[in-house]
Amino acid sequence: MRRIISKIDEITGNIITLKADGVGLGELAAVESHGRSTLGQVIRTKNDNVTLQVFGGTKGISTDDRVRFLGRPMQVKYGPSMLGRIFNGAGVPIDDGPEPVEESIAVGGPSFNPANRIIPTQMIRTNIPMIDVFNSLVVSQKLPIFSVPGEPYNQLLARVGMQAEADIIILGGMGLKFDDFIFFRRTFDESGVMNRVIMFIHLASDPVVECLLVPDMALAVAEQFAVAGKRVLVLLTDLTNFSDSLKEISISMEQIPSNRGYPGDLYSQLAARYEKAVDIEGLGSITILAVTTMPGDDVTHPVPDNTGYITEGQFYLRNGVIDPFGSLSRLKQNVVSKVTRKDHNDIMNTMIRLYSDCRQSRNKVAMGFKTSKWDETLLAYGNDFERELMDLNVNMPIETALDQCWTILARHFEPWQTGLKNDLTNQYWPKSGAAEGAA
Amino acid sequence: MTTMGKVVAAYGNMVTVQFDKEVRQNEVAFIQPADGGSLKSEVIRVNGDQCNVQVFEDTVGVRVGDQVTFTGNLLSVELGPGLLQQIYDGLQNPLPELSKQVGLFLKRGVYANSLDRRVDWEFTPIAKPGQVVKAGNVLGAVPEGKFAHKIFVPFNFVGAATIKTMASKGKFKVDQVVCEAEDERGQAVNFTLMQVWPIKVALKAYKERLLPTEPLVTGARIVDSFFPVAKGGTACIPGPFGSGKTVLQQLISRYADADIIIVAACGERAGEVVETLREFPHLEDPYTGRTLMERTVIICNTSSMPVAAREASIYTAVTIGEYYRQMGLDILILADSTSRWAQALREMSGRLEEIPGEEAFPAYLQSRIAEFYERAGAVRLFDGNQGALSIIGTVSPAGGNFEEPVTQGTLAVVGSFLGLTWARSNARRFPAIDPLISWSKYLDQMKVKLNQTDPEWTNKIKKAQRLLYEGNEIKKRMDVVGEEGVSIPDFSLFLKAEFLDAVYLQQNAFDAVDAANTIERQFDTFGLVGEVLAKEFTFESKDQARESFMKLQSLFRNMNSSPFQGEAHVRFKDEIRRALEV
Repeated sequence: MRRIISKIDEITGNIITLKADGVGLGELAAVESHGRSTLGQVIRTKNDNVTLQVFGGTKGISTDDRVRFLGRPMQVKYGPSMLGRIFNGAGVPIDDGPEPVEESIAVGGPSFNPANRIIPTQMIRTNIPMIDVFNSLVVSQKLPIFSVPGEPYNQLLARVGMQAEADIIILGGMGLKFDDFIFFRRTFDESGVMNRVIMFIHLASDPVVECLLVPDMALAVAEQFAVAGKRVLVLLTDLTNFSDSLKEISISMEQIPSNRGYPGDLYSQLAARYEKAVDIEGLGSITILAVTTMPGDDVTHPVPDNTGYITEGQFYLRNGVIDPFGSLSRLKQNVVSKVTRKDHNDIMNTMIRLYSDCRQSRNKVAMGFKTSKWDETLLAYGNDFERELMDLNVNMPIETALDQCWTILARHFEPWQTGLKNDLTNQYWPKSGAAEGAA
Repeated sequence: MTTMGKVVAAYGNMVTVQFDKEVRQNEVAFIQPADGGSLKSEVIRVNGDQCNVQVFEDTVGVRVGDQVTFTGNLLSVELGPGLLQQIYDGLQNPLPELSKQVGLFLKRGVYANSLDRRVDWEFTPIAKPGQVVKAGNVLGAVPEGKFAHKIFVPFNFVGAATIKTMASKGKFKVDQVVCEAEDERGQAVNFTLMQVWPIKVALKAYKERLLPTEPLVTGARIVDSFFPVAKGGTACIPGPFGSGKTVLQQLISRYADADIIIVAACGERAGEVVETLREFPHLEDPYTGRTLMERTVIICNTSSMPVAAREASIYTAVTIGEYYRQMGLDILILADSTSRWAQALREMSGRLEEIPGEEAFPAYLQSRIAEFYERAGAVRLFDGNQGALSIIGTVSPAGGNFEEPVTQGTLAVVGSFLGLTWARSNARRFPAIDPLISWSKYLDQMKVKLNQTDPEWTNKIKKAQRLLYEGNEIKKRMDVVGEEGVSIPDFSLFLKAEFLDAVYLQQNAFDAVDAANTIERQFDTFGLVGEVLAKEFTFESKDQARESFMKLQSLFRNMNSSPFQGEAHVRFKDEIRRALEV
């Protein structure tokens, strides 16, 4: 028994206000306007005034439209038949398939009890050496990809999705360009992983409020699968669009902005999503890889800045490669040389140190200073490192990548020049024939 | 009769309630939504017959017309034996107990007793029948870990009471009566092992506050030697993300020489608490040989938990600290991060539609920060014993910019500033505390104590600080004119500053030995560093100068990672001395 209201008092931005009784915060309502119906959610009540944010936007909504309260908060379907399906930001299928007949679950559920968390110790292989070798991704990690618009971050995300060891992949697209959406769909289809993918897609042209629901739905479904024992990888792109939607809504709610127009609770809003990443003892896990585009390559912009405080490291995508400087996986020390090969830790540090030296030599060249023989060695090494490991097209398991590191080192250096411990070089340094062959 | 009310408006976690009788500012109220449960909330503004309450839970489903019950009590914590080793949320709900009750996830409106009512404590009476006692007098004690946990007459007890009967030595649960007494009006009063105290009111049951003059050793050389923190003092650690705030906090929580460490994880990653949670029960307390967990209390209100409870969590931590200070103990509170607490204030202020200050933080931010840090302090108790409560708070400035209101507000009230910068963390100089911007007022304040072993200690430290500035000036010059533009004496001064940085200020957190230094070891190492700094080197060329310092650096690094006074340590020291004689 729900009253239907047919008088809207106020329409601002994506917000409408009307008079109704007995309506709870977060409750959903269907707004029926000229034959089309869109959902709205209660975000504020005051006496008998109820303020709704309308997912489909308020364009064309008229003051005499019918608003029907549904008596329940936002929900999403959950179950095995969701796999391989594509939904929009309101949870409606957009792949011409049937409405899934599954149970409904609430979105944005309570927080995982911190006392139940465990120290994660499993690595997720992605077959991308810059991740596996240099900044390993660990189960239950939350990592953003900081990127300038225009970088191939969606390609990177799609590759991780295709290749990562995960039972289920959930893609949340926020403000996604149509071309990128098609790209993701085609990539997952062609690589044959679509049957374990669920996509929640908010396109750039879709109403802005729907954008806010995408991560919540994706993570609510992920949480259920994780509790059911699945290893879930959640890919989100792009959280900057999500934050901009938050900004838009909060400004229309006349909230006082804190920093560059973003609402004061931006940190809490982002954290509430990222903190869903979890490794549940004896059951499944959620790992989150999310794109954050940095307007103007500015890491102090509120979105990447707040994100950096929340996540466990970050990948910087610059000039089409994962930049080894600045990129960081805070959890890698849980797995490096513990679950991976024993040479992993030392070779990782040595390769980066030498590459950093190479960059200094490059600066020398750029400044027109004289280069030494050592500089020449470093320059040649740096070029090989970039071509054979850093290039995002390189695709190899971590063991091969570690061998490749040794091969590159042997091609340019003598063991003592690398500063690696003797017991490692004795075991792993390639015999001269092998090194020549690789060169 | 209890005051009742009805919800008239709701927005986010702020609910407006129309009430029928009286309400107190900051009293606790429970909202009963139609779909069951009971949501804890706190009155934060009263206006006519309406008041605003902030709800410590998710408010989905709260409706206009929902019933509200006012308790008449301020937001309080339970104090008594059993606090140590606990893992609480911001409202002092024990998280492991909640996990037993409701499973993997937290559940709205489920609360548990902060102190376990089922545990037996071995009570030894101290007060005698016939004795007249006041708030804060000791009734008895129970052993809690290595401490004798004193049982006090509740601190909020008004007036005096005459003890009628006193329980004899034996086992009691926290809520069992151990003392029956009669107050001034002849009313019977009962005292148990536990009491409650409102978290936002400072517990001041002591004779006087003392100037903090005793150093708090953290194990980090750059802190203890250069920017020391006092027992009963305050320090703030601001730093951008990735500059190593958390690693530094974790090191301090392990190695600091306080009796009790309270870790308040306020609005930060849950993953960071997990390491403390899972590892402390297996790690040894460097001072007592017991497990670290035995001296630790964790208040854990991580970033995804309700924001209002985050605001409370800092006060919960400091109240528990003040309680243990009453027993004459040294307490250290590590609050990570006070920026998240300030943001919680900002969110609520926004919903209250208050006129915003800088970056939309409320205008009272500064006074709230001051109020919080002022609860630290060294005190002389009524029984003559001394206790100290120190606070080290991290700040997470937006964009790593220290000009923002929370950092500035904190700097105005703390005694020591340990500023972490990207410049240092990117150069892998850890801990990334920048010696050129950091300061500590305690270096002078604790002079007498610090100079006990070496009368010249503080002077030497100040001289070393000047060297760092001079070295930096030369470095800036070299950035412009190149190495060839500076003289060899200037260049070796620069190298001395770099050397001091490399072998003393920097410390390897992942090296079992180097991770923490005792104060004796710091005196020892700095003595040797001082010899290097004092030596007048004569170099032929800059390359020769660089090479000499590189060799010294390598020797010092090896010395730093050898166990103190061990064979290797002595050997490297000798080698350094020999190298200096050349």
